[in-house]
Amino acid sequence: MKLTLSWLKEHLDTSASLSEIVETLTRIGLEVEHVHDPAAQLKDFTIAKVIEAKPHPNADRLRVCTVDTGSGAPVQVVCGAPNARTGMKSVFSAPGTYIPGKKITLGKGVIRGVESLGMLCSSAELELSNDHEGIIDLPEDAPVGASYAQWAGLDDPIIEINLTPNRPDAAGVYGIARDLAAAELGVLKTKDILPVEGKFPCPVGVTLDFKEEDKHLAPFFGLRLVRGVKNGPSPAWLQARLREIGLRPINALVDITNFLTFDRARPLHVFDAKKVKGDLVVRRAKKAETLLALDGRTYELDESMVVICDDNGPESLAGVMGGEASGCDESTTDVLIETALWDPMNIAHTGRKLGIVTDARYRFERGVDPAFALPGIELATQLVLEFCGGEPSELALAGVVPRAPRVIDFPWGEIKRLAGIDVEPAQATMILERLGFSVEKRGDADARIAVPTWRPDIESKADIVEEVVRMIGVDNVPSTPLPRADGVAPPALTMMQKRARNSRRALAGQGLVEAVTWSFVSKEQAEAFGGGKPALALANPIAADLSDMRPSLLPGLVAAAGRNAARGLGDQNLFEVGQIFLDAAETGQRLAAAGVRRGLAGAGRHWSASAHEASAFDAKEDAIALLGALGVATGGLQIVPGGPAWFHPGRSATLQFGPKTIVGHFGELHPRALKTMDVEGPVAAFEIILDALPAPKPKPTKIKPKLEISDLQPVSRDFAFIVDRASPAGDLVKAAQGADRTLIADVAVFDLYEGKGVPEGKKSIGLAVTLQPREKTLTDAEIEAVAQKIVSEAAKKCGATLRG
Amino acid sequence: MAFAKIETAMTDIAKLEEDTLRQIDEAADEAALEAVRLAALGKKGAISALLASLGKMSPEDRKTEGAKINALKDRAAEAIAARRESLAGAALDARLAAETLDMTLPAPASPLERGRIHPISQVTDELSIIFADMGFAVAEGPDIESDDYNFTKLNFPEGHPAREMQDTFFLAPEGGEKRLLRTHTSPVQVRTMLAQKPPIRVICPGRVYRCDFDQTHTPMFHQIEGLVIDEITHLGHLKWTLEEFLKSFFEVKGVKLRFRPSFFPFTEPSMEVDVQCRRQGGEIRFGEGEDWMEILGCGMVHPNVLRNCGIDPDRYQGFAFGVGVDRLAMLKYGMSDLRAFFDADTRWLEHYGFRPLDFPSLAGGLSS
Repeated sequence: MKLTLSWLKEHLDTSASLSEIVETLTRIGLEVEHVHDPAAQLKDFTIAKVIEAKPHPNADRLRVCTVDTGSGAPVQVVCGAPNARTGMKSVFSAPGTYIPGKKITLGKGVIRGVESLGMLCSSAELELSNDHEGIIDLPEDAPVGASYAQWAGLDDPIIEINLTPNRPDAAGVYGIARDLAAAELGVLKTKDILPVEGKFPCPVGVTLDFKEEDKHLAPFFGLRLVRGVKNGPSPAWLQARLREIGLRPINALVDITNFLTFDRARPLHVFDAKKVKGDLVVRRAKKAETLLALDGRTYELDESMVVICDDNGPESLAGVMGGEASGCDESTTDVLIETALWDPMNIAHTGRKLGIVTDARYRFERGVDPAFALPGIELATQLVLEFCGGEPSELALAGVVPRAPRVIDFPWGEIKRLAGIDVEPAQATMILERLGFSVEKRGDADARIAVPTWRPDIESKADIVEEVVRMIGVDNVPSTPLPRADGVAPPALTMMQKRARNSRRALAGQGLVEAVTWSFVSKEQAEAFGGGKPALALANPIAADLSDMRPSLLPGLVAAAGRNAARGLGDQNLFEVGQIFLDAAETGQRLAAAGVRRGLAGAGRHWSASAHEASAFDAKEDAIALLGALGVATGGLQIVPGGPAWFHPGRSATLQFGPKTIVGHFGELHPRALKTMDVEGPVAAFEIILDALPAPKPKPTKIKPKLEISDLQPVSRDFAFIVDRASPAGDLVKAAQGADRTLIADVAVFDLYEGKGVPEGKKSIGLAVTLQPREKTLTDAEIEAVAQKIVSEAAKKCGATLRG
Repeated sequence: MAFAKIETAMTDIAKLEEDTLRQIDEAADEAALEAVRLAALGKKGAISALLASLGKMSPEDRKTEGAKINALKDRAAEAIAARRESLAGAALDARLAAETLDMTLPAPASPLERGRIHPISQVTDELSIIFADMGFAVAEGPDIESDDYNFTKLNFPEGHPAREMQDTFFLAPEGGEKRLLRTHTSPVQVRTMLAQKPPIRVICPGRVYRCDFDQTHTPMFHQIEGLVIDEITHLGHLKWTLEEFLKSFFEVKGVKLRFRPSFFPFTEPSMEVDVQCRRQGGEIRFGEGEDWMEILGCGMVHPNVLRNCGIDPDRYQGFAFGVGVDRLAMLKYGMSDLRAFFDADTRWLEHYGFRPLDFPSLAGGLSS
């Protein structure tokens, strides 16, 4: 909502300064977004007279002007404008003035050998128009030495208010003045709007053609004919008003409706009566009816919309936009003025469905003041008669204006209860009455409060509290400490929140860098990583590559690694912890942690160790480290070779606690998936579904189980087994562990070898087995017996033989 | 002659001592030293021979000579031990000198040095701590929401223009209920109120979505909302809570706030809050200065919202507020472009990210 200061002062008698007004507007909830003050920018430009303009001695196209600036001796100015001439009046700027149109500060200069002590300005240089053909040519009576902006009336600041949707009353300058008056910044200028006396009955009839249950769509409609008008440009002051707030003046009749839309928040419509055939009928549109609207576009209507029709069909889309066919132009001699009330929801729906945004729709869908429907048409008629002449008819009316105001029972204690501030009922009453409420006392503690017709947003006690607090100022509400809850505070985080938080720290501790990527990916990417379900596609994506909810964190991370590689940063170690979407149900959203490594792993190339490309085992290390850091009991964890389709089939594995509790995957990504992502591999990756991990068993106390430490020294024995190349090392470890569950404390793989000395198709695996004696030191014979058992178990379970 | 003989012996002892001690001193290594020891103290050594000669002496001579020879023996043994120790020290020094490595060779970067925490995670952790200290629990909900929880229950009537304040992403319709991406974390407040009886104190951090994309708007961003419902909480408590929160968050002694009446469908009265700041050369400082910056929206929970969530608005009341996590991060840590938060440029992440162990805490402070 835009208005100018002088327009505001038409309705508000105030001595407040612009900055006081702006501050107050913001303080009472009409937030000023921007103030454009052209005078501030033009304050140093003055009116001057060219005493003499002579040709420049050294340049044909320049003139040397002697200029009377109204202060002291005449000034010499070199000017290149073709229209500079002796005796003319123009706009002068002295050296040191900022020239807005050129974005420079003017200096003293010597132009082609002649000193120039200022500038005569074009309209473009003042940023008033694009006209830079010549300097501004002012009339003879312009006062030399005066401020140009003030003289030209350019000193009217434009205030732009960021209007919240609950305040349609402030969508008009009058309503803004009313709010400022209530804030005691001035006095509202009220004028009675007297009915215009009709000279003859309105020849055009109006019918509201609605079923009983649809009557709310158009409760009231009023129409008046003014015949014999002379339409043309509206008066200069009105054109200026409209221009200042960014509207284009069209002709007097149309300008009047636009003016009242912004002056009184009362949209009206004018029809050219000669183009209207028969009486008007207001009804629901019929399916596939069309209307060529005033914006020059044809809209296809449906039964959900309301139209105003004559014998030719729809002439106007109710509350949204008029029709081209019956619009007023310079040739209009008879004009029909319409005032109406519409259903806000219906107007919003129609506007949204057709994609039409108009000033009328804006006001109707938020709610206009029903009580102003009739004064509005009277005011419009008066302006038509004033600007265009003509003879008015009586009003043709249909429907009724709802009269009963909303009444709210209000206990005064409600202000203290919700706002925590003591306000005397007398003070609150005064505030409310200034805002147009009427307050009826009901004993000391209560009141019945009638809401003004222009405030559709006031529905309940809380709204009344807001009105009082808004006028007193929220800054005056005393800040009150929030009482502490009794007892020991329960944990603020749930187990899953702690898991997410700890996962981040753990993975960052692995040297990975945390990324936060979009929750959406392209359809192709979603499909490549197990997603792409139609239920998880956006109906209105912002871009084609952000169209589907991500089924995994990996596409986002891989894409990020690819982008960084394209920037020349090939070694990438990234992770993310966040939500993934497996289906559209609430349970389909899961919490995942994933990481990718591309290029050289770890610290990269280093003198102390040979660098290696990130491999599936780096991803495995990250995944296992994460489980360890989260304290997940990994006793039952199974690592099953092979992962989902986006992993390398031979270099990936599934992490699970039994076949029904899959918790994640790790490995190298499949080259096909990488190709979809347009990222060069290999890329090692893991993803763990944090909310699939088993929850720790609840324990009755915080006490940890008793620590058992043996006094007996552990014994270590190494074994080198030969197994088939395809035989998993994990099985061999398990076989060894199974040889003696009490004595064997640990089995580690310390060596893996293929090549010379090992038969073709076989590999050698070195196991270090630690035996922990429980009751007494083991004898050599006992150790030997366990070793034999290990060898025989390895042979039985894995076909392993001891390496000779 | 006996006298002369004794004289000779005396001379021998002095000379022997001088010779022996010199030889010990001159022994260059352990082997040479051992040779000297054998020559002096070995079975056939010179000092041993002198000791053996004692038996042939008169008791008087034996007494005087014996003491001298034994003293010589002790001095020689001591000198040998000292020399041995000195030789061992020198040998160790020589070995260590030979073991010298180039200590200027760089150590590999530790994972703790390379890893980073994203500013959004860090700031969310900071906020959780601030509010945990005020007795708020953290509540979360799904990103894919129903129209009912995201709008209707929050007092956005169907078709109301207020719905257009938030450009909403919809999921492709699937027959039944219309699903959307939540435009704020307020549906989590609804879920909390439906699931839990007052008193309620929660914060709701999370991802939210709106169709918007420029330097300060991204289609996905992060929000944190707070909700307090009980029988006494009023606007004054809201003011205090926000003051405490912003002071703690920006780690300043005091911060002035300016409350402007505004409109949100789910609160009444509603306010926008500006925070005092100083803008200086592209930098913003809080807790000082004359400028104001809009930072969050808040208000008393609308009676319709309470009613929609099964809470009696005449008995219970409370406040809600919402603020952008990314925006808070930008203001506190000085990033200028929101889009960079989601680009995962590792140069940006390394620069603006936090170390794995920079865990904000009550005891250690929010940031270091």
